[in-house]
Amino acid sequence: MVKVEFLGPIGKEPIEVDIKNLEELSTILKEDSTLIPWLENSAIAINDMIVGDKNQVLHDGDKISLLPPVCGG
Amino acid sequence: MVIKFHYCLLCVVDDMLELYDGDLKVEKITNAWYDKYRLSNYGAIITFVGVVRDEDGIEGLSFDIYEPILKAWFDKWQEKANKNNAVVLMAHSRGDVLNHKSSYIAAVCSPKRRVALETIDEFVEDFKANAPIWKYDIINSKRVYAEDRSTKIQGAGLLK
Repeated sequence: MVKVEFLGPIGKEPIEVDIKNLEELSTILKEDSTLIPWLENSAIAINDMIVGDKNQVLHDGDKISLLPPVCGG
Repeated sequence: MVIKFHYCLLCVVDDMLELYDGDLKVEKITNAWYDKYRLSNYGAIITFVGVVRDEDGIEGLSFDIYEPILKAWFDKWQEKANKNNAVVLMAHSRGDVLNHKSSYIAAVCSPKRRVALETIDEFVEDFKANAPIWKYDIINSKRVYAEDRSTKIQGAGLLK
């Protein structure tokens, strides 16, 4: 299983899903219409490393984070 | 990793990246940095203090921070600064910070002023664009995500 956490203002509890790559995660998350705007503007981290490849293979126990637009300071 | 406890609900992270619950005690933090780094023969110490402005009817700002990626982002900056014989320092608030209080302090210590001046500019700008911190306006005691002032992290939209 892969844990998915929704950071900052997304405001959703973490979920666990059985997926092999981010393409599968995208399909699952799009079923929740409230998440669609966040999918368009959020960066993705796997195990706390921001990634740019949707086809990266996931492993059991991996943690995926959705990071919406930021504004520190 | 060193964990320190200050009087104002401190928090962690290491000697050079400090996170606090609530507003920053600017004099205490910057004086401590000055006292420590002036003795390390740095000829230029530049401090940037961010203060919450009273505008658009807000009572203050509030912040969420994702520490693991903030730490990784900060460590990369430290590595970059170290190559120029400089160091970067940062303190940031979590939770609520009322108007006219500080939520963010950044500093660069360098043997020479030019490196410090250039680094503080790049460091603060990159912080605004990429540090995993989320800002909310406090309006009628409620948090409202500051979406219009937020920036997508590079690579955003991978799952769209």
